[in-house]
Amino acid sequence: MEFKKITSPLTDEKVRNLKAGDNILISGEIYTARDAAHKKLIELLEKGRPWPVNLRGQIIYYVGPTPAKPGQVIGSSGPTTSGRMDPYTPTMLKSGVKAVIGKGSRNQETRKAFQDYKGVYLAATGGAGALLAKTIKEAEVVAYPELGPEAVRRLVVEDFPATVINDIYGNDLYEEGRRRYAREK
Amino acid sequence: MRELDVKFISEAVVEMCKDSNYILGEDVIRAFQKGLEEEVSPVGKEVFKQLLENARIAREEEVPMCQDTGTAVIFVELGQEVLLVGGDFEEAVNAGVRQGYQEGFLRKSIVRDPLDRKNTGDNTPAIIHVKLVQGDQVRLVMAPKGGGSENMSTLKMLTPAQGVKGLENFVVETVRLAGSNPCPPIVVGIGLGGSFERVAYLAKKALLRPLGSPNPDTFYADLEDKLLEKINNTGIGPQGFGGRFTALAVHIEVFPCHIASLPAAVNINCHASRSVEKVL
Repeated sequence: MEFKKITSPLTDEKVRNLKAGDNILISGEIYTARDAAHKKLIELLEKGRPWPVNLRGQIIYYVGPTPAKPGQVIGSSGPTTSGRMDPYTPTMLKSGVKAVIGKGSRNQETRKAFQDYKGVYLAATGGAGALLAKTIKEAEVVAYPELGPEAVRRLVVEDFPATVINDIYGNDLYEEGRRRYAREK
Repeated sequence: MRELDVKFISEAVVEMCKDSNYILGEDVIRAFQKGLEEEVSPVGKEVFKQLLENARIAREEEVPMCQDTGTAVIFVELGQEVLLVGGDFEEAVNAGVRQGYQEGFLRKSIVRDPLDRKNTGDNTPAIIHVKLVQGDQVRLVMAPKGGGSENMSTLKMLTPAQGVKGLENFVVETVRLAGSNPCPPIVVGIGLGGSFERVAYLAKKALLRPLGSPNPDTFYADLEDKLLEKINNTGIGPQGFGGRFTALAVHIEVFPCHIASLPAAVNINCHASRSVEKVL
């Protein structure tokens, strides 16, 4: 299996090279946010207030890790189901976020937003939390500590494995993969 | 009567919370190895490779295989010759969950109210199913259940006229709609018959059967094989990336039902098909 290496933050140029079905290894900063943090970030935008962290060009990872054991950087850290973030993602992309990592399919509007705002949707292997945690070298809570596992964390990752699902060209690996391997009348 | 102090139940639950989240069963590992050998999609093969490596790290380093350490679902078979002493039984189970999730560095994923969404902070209360059985032992099975796959599960009151065809369509459609969300390759638990509430319980129970152990009734064993083939023909594949392994197994549990009804429930489990057992 061949992997494309990418480093964050992302640019239009870097995103252009990513195609649905590509296996990639991410290095650099990524930021965690899931249901509750998204709700808070969107509320700030609606009130015209600034975000507690600058997410322009950044990658958001939908994850709620387990508590770290002594000596661990972070606990198990696999992706959560992305569909729950569909109501927020187009606005996040419009506000400068370049990529999101999760698992599971996105709705039509969100898929179109990846094209419109030149962003990509990446999937990490759901349920591989122990393996993925090994690629996380630094972790610190940077906003909403009261949300516990749902707090916004800044992570530094090295060769974090992911697969491109939705690219800026309108391709969708979930649909294409299913079509390629289906054996139905 | 045999007296059993409920503190032994608490202690057993503490260990089961940790073990079930750290150690994936040999049956599931074997299913992953088969997937790694036989999956035709390269990206699907890579998923099996990662899942095997993930299970190894979790077991060796005693860390949760998945960050969703689940709702604590506990099945209890209580021998009718056992006299429980030393405190409240349900509180003893919950005390075990509280301590197990804390000590084991497991995620606390339970909210106290479905609408106000405040976390209880200790992963209690557990979902406890008690069945009275003969004998003087207590058998405990702990099966932590992740939210992603639970959310894709469905119950339907089919009509008797819809029969086996109706059941097949319902099951395959449920899997198709779930797609990549429940972390395929999945395990599909099917409840059939009983009543509205019993059928959901049967579907959950079906997930506890070790992979590779078919229903003892050959009709249902054949139906399990047929449904597995149909599900794998959808092409969803590991993680939904496309491939031949959408499900690792299909298990059906059956109970008699009303002349007017054909209750059917599909409980989907992710590939982290976790459960451990202890007999006291």
